[in-house]
Amino acid sequence: MTHPTTTILARYADGGHGLDDAALWSIEVHLDVCADCRARLAARTTPATAELLDRVAASLDRAIDAGPAPARHPAPAAAVHRRWLAWTLLPWLAVTVAVLGCGVLLDSVEPSLPSLVLLLAPVAPLPGVAVAWSQRIDPAWELIATTPAAGLAMVLRRTLAVLVVVLPALLVAGVSTGTSLALTLLPCLAFTAATLALGAFVGVWRAAIGLALAWSAAVLLPSVVTRSLSPVLQSGSTAVWAVATAALAAIIAPAATRFRRLTSGN
Amino acid sequence: MRAVRAAETAPTLHPWLVHAEKLRVRAGRHLAVDGLDLTLTAGVHGVLGPNGAGKTTLMRALSTVVKPAGGSLTLLGAPVDGRADLREVRRQLGYLPQQFGFYPRFTIREFVAYMAWLKEMPKAAVPDAVQRAIDRVGLTGKADARMKTLSGGMLRRAGIAQAVVNDPRLLLLDEPTVGLDPEQRLEFRDLLRDLAAESCVLVSTHLVEDVVAACTDVLLMNEGRLLFQGTPDDLIARGGQSDAGDSPAERGYSALLRRHRSTV
Ligand SMILES: [Zn+2]
Repeated sequence: MTHPTTTILARYADGGHGLDDAALWSIEVHLDVCADCRARLAARTTPATAELLDRVAASLDRAIDAGPAPARHPAPAAAVHRRWLAWTLLPWLAVTVAVLGCGVLLDSVEPSLPSLVLLLAPVAPLPGVAVAWSQRIDPAWELIATTPAAGLAMVLRRTLAVLVVVLPALLVAGVSTGTSLALTLLPCLAFTAATLALGAFVGVWRAAIGLALAWSAAVLLPSVVTRSLSPVLQSGSTAVWAVATAALAAIIAPAATRFRRLTSGN
Repeated sequence: MRAVRAAETAPTLHPWLVHAEKLRVRAGRHLAVDGLDLTLTAGVHGVLGPNGAGKTTLMRALSTVVKPAGGSLTLLGAPVDGRADLREVRRQLGYLPQQFGFYPRFTIREFVAYMAWLKEMPKAAVPDAVQRAIDRVGLTGKADARMKTLSGGMLRRAGIAQAVVNDPRLLLLDEPTVGLDPEQRLEFRDLLRDLAAESCVLVSTHLVEDVVAACTDVLLMNEGRLLFQGTPDDLIARGGQSDAGDSPAERGYSALLRRHRSTV
């Protein structure tokens, strides 16, 4: 590396008079890479240059003071997303847990009634799942529906968030009333899978409402009215629920393309 | 400066960024886009048309929100009708819907970051991209204000910020200047010209003047079809002194619509 001579650097510092464009250019290229010559140049700045630099520094300081404060550590988007999910799902999950709590109370007050915890377990996740993939609840759904993240993976993530709350609540309710845990948790999972499987074709929201109504009409209300637990929730049916859950879950993956758009029926 | 993805520099066989043939799209039961043929390259394309012409429905089909009912639609070289995998196209898409829903409790920065995350941008690139998008729409000083505290014009600009945060190759803006004051509209036109250098921008508006001032290409829609496609000068040339409108462009616009209506 050949460093520019002191005379040339001095001339450069004084405005480059007497140096042609090629010479100026090669000095600048060299200064870019050579800290020693930058230091030599700094020592030779003319009073006019020093004054200019001071003025620039002062006006930059003023502009920085007047401008907005630097961004504080912005929350990572994933954390923002979790917060949104919590705010959106919370009311629905709170209602679910409250209804389950009432079921537990009634079970202990009225032992002659069939277990309400058992009867409510299949429909307990449905409000949350319905909200997980619906244009009714999410104000920004039209934006979200155009992002690559929209699709089955997003639906499953949100459904998981619902189950993380609903399953422990059912577990506590089941243990406190002494009902069969398999017959509490398996129907809950089966109905969750059924909502998504049916939702692939008619929309998750409609599927959740349809399944909840069907369960209420076919099992929940008759059991309460006749004061005897429906055979579908008797101890012999555990295997059937397990098979149904697996079969319904198996339908969901091939139907993934149907979750790409959020428009019809959701 | 932005990172260039491999997909952007890969050779492509498609000359058009948007290509529709006999496209049909439903809005409810009604066919709002009915047999539309359209080809777009880079630049700013302004979509004009009377209410009910199908502008918003076209935007929703191009944004992949609604599935076309018929015809073919190709975006950035990839088909987006039927069962197509939309992820690669969606990564390169920016969209501002006419009805722009938002989360009132989020700050602008959080909202734009959330959208960047959903658009699957590399995690490390998100904070800078968010800041740049917010700066571009002139909301730097409001970046950490909650969205419920914003005026209509600021919300619209926040909506534009989320649309451009991923440097989309295809940017769809439905009525972006609603609620903007005249000065902000001028700034928005500058932003449009800036964006047009690297992408295909489609702007739907009812303001003929916005189109003439900022667009390289004018599309006129009526009853779900394309009535006219040309430069702003072409549009102006269609108008006569007797046509309705306050400016040459508006006169061209009403002349085209009048001529079409008298022939059907
Ligand atoms: Zn040197």
